[in-house]
Order: sequence, then structure tokens, then C-alpha cells
Amino acid sequence: MRYIVYFILGFGFWLLLTLSVHLDHLIAGAVVVLIGTIIFGGYFTERPAKFLQIHRLFWIIVYIPVFLWYMFRANIDVAYRVLHPERPIKPGIVKIKTDLKTDIAKVFLANSITLTPGTMTCEIDGDYLYIHWIWVQSGYIDKASKIIARPFERYLRRIFE
Amino acid sequence: MISPIGWIIIWIGIAFDILGAIGLVRFPDIYNRLQASTKCVTLGTFGIMVGIFLLKGFSPIGIKALICGGFLLLTSPVAAHALMKGALHFGTKMWHGSVVDKYGEDKLGGEQIEKGAK
Repeated sequence: MRYIVYFILGFGFWLLLTLSVHLDHLIAGAVVVLIGTIIFGGYFTERPAKFLQIHRLFWIIVYIPVFLWYMFRANIDVAYRVLHPERPIKPGIVKIKTDLKTDIAKVFLANSITLTPGTMTCEIDGDYLYIHWIWVQSGYIDKASKIIARPFERYLRRIFE
Repeated sequence: MISPIGWIIIWIGIAFDILGAIGLVRFPDIYNRLQASTKCVTLGTFGIMVGIFLLKGFSPIGIKALICGGFLLLTSPVAAHALMKGALHFGTKMWHGSVVDKYGEDKLGGEQIEKGAK
């Protein structure tokens, strides 16, 4: 089942890349995507039926502008620290706890954290994440996770779990 | 109408790229440098890609630029994470102004903060 979904997604991606329905392109794409499916299909998500659930797609569409907004704020923040003459930084590595269970959700949480204000993921260890923070507001696990991870967890839980 | 917006977004992206480069020079240790370079350069390059998409519309170039932007958002945090973890395990010390290091306490046996005069 997941091989078929992988093939369909890969072929749609190929169509986007070439953006033409010439017969040569279609045949070449089918061959390439088939090879990719045979090699990498086993690593694909276990229950591809999740792709078809409408509410997940809806929350992805909600999540993208929220994420871009946080990312823009992060850049203004870093720009301020770069351009300020006294270079106001107080870095440190803190530990936070996440409630997300699946691996893919944790990966997306780590990626989101890396691109948002002043924080960057060093390591995921079970339920805990180690975060490098450019302006440490709190070293305690509860408070730090509230500041760093909560805004994303609400959305990611609805998308991936 | 779309074309000026595309150019403005491209120029904002270039400005953020430059800020990332300045941060790379001004910040004191590898971890802060990675912060500046990852965030600013990712958004800057993503902005350039979106600007190209706005200029070219739904043509092969525009779609490819948009797909490149999406890949950039997915891959550059992963690359930064790998660099950072590599630096930590190699034993690179953090800047002496750092306040806390939970990772060093938990995994590396002691804080990895550089000692030295301010």
C-alpha cells in the first residue's frame, strides 16, 4: 500500500518539476520514480491513509502562515542582535520536554524550533530536546518548554497525530 | 502589479542574507554563528525563491524555485543541527558569556563553557 502511495506522490512531484505532459517525460519519470519507490519505499510512513484525512491538510494550511510569521520574527530578532553595537546575547543550552509521540512530529518540531526566535535544536533524546537559546529566559524545563515549544505543539499534534 | 512585489521580496531576501553574513562575523562562537547564519540565510534564500516564483508565475522556472524553497526550509535546519551536534561532540567550548549548558551536564560530563577573562 505505502509503495503505491509513494509512487503516486513521487510521480506528481515529477510532473510539477517538468511541468509538461510530453510522452518522453512521462516514461522517464515513471522509470525514475519506480526505481526510487523500490529503494526507498520501505522507509516511507507506515500508514499512508493519513494523507487523505482532510482535517490534517487543513491544519497544514493553517500552520504554514503561522510558521512563516514566527520565522520572520526570528529574523528581525537576529537582525537586531547582529546590528546592535553592544551585541546583546546571553546564550546557553536548555532542556525542554515535548508531549508529541511520533517521530515525524518530533522532527518537524525540531525543524520549526530551529527556524524560530533565538532557538536551535541540538539533540532529540526521547521526550526531551536540547535547545541552544541565544537569550536564555529560563533554565527550568517546564518554563522553557512553555516558551519554546507550546506554540508549535498545538498545530503539530493536530497534523501528525 | 505582481512584478514589483516580487522584486521587493527578492531585495528583502538579499538584505537578510547580508545580515546573516554579518552575524557570522560578529558573533563569538560557533553556536551563535550557526544561529545567525541558519535563520537569516534560510529566510533570505527562501525570499529570493518566492520572489522568483512571483516574477515568473506558473512556468517551469517559477515552480522549480518554489520547490527549491520548500526543500530549503526542510533541509537547512537539519544541516545546522548536524553541524551543532558535531561541534558539541568534538568538544568545542561555548562562549565564556554563556549562562547554562544542560547538554554538557547530561551527556558530556560537565559544562562545556569556555573559561576566561571577559
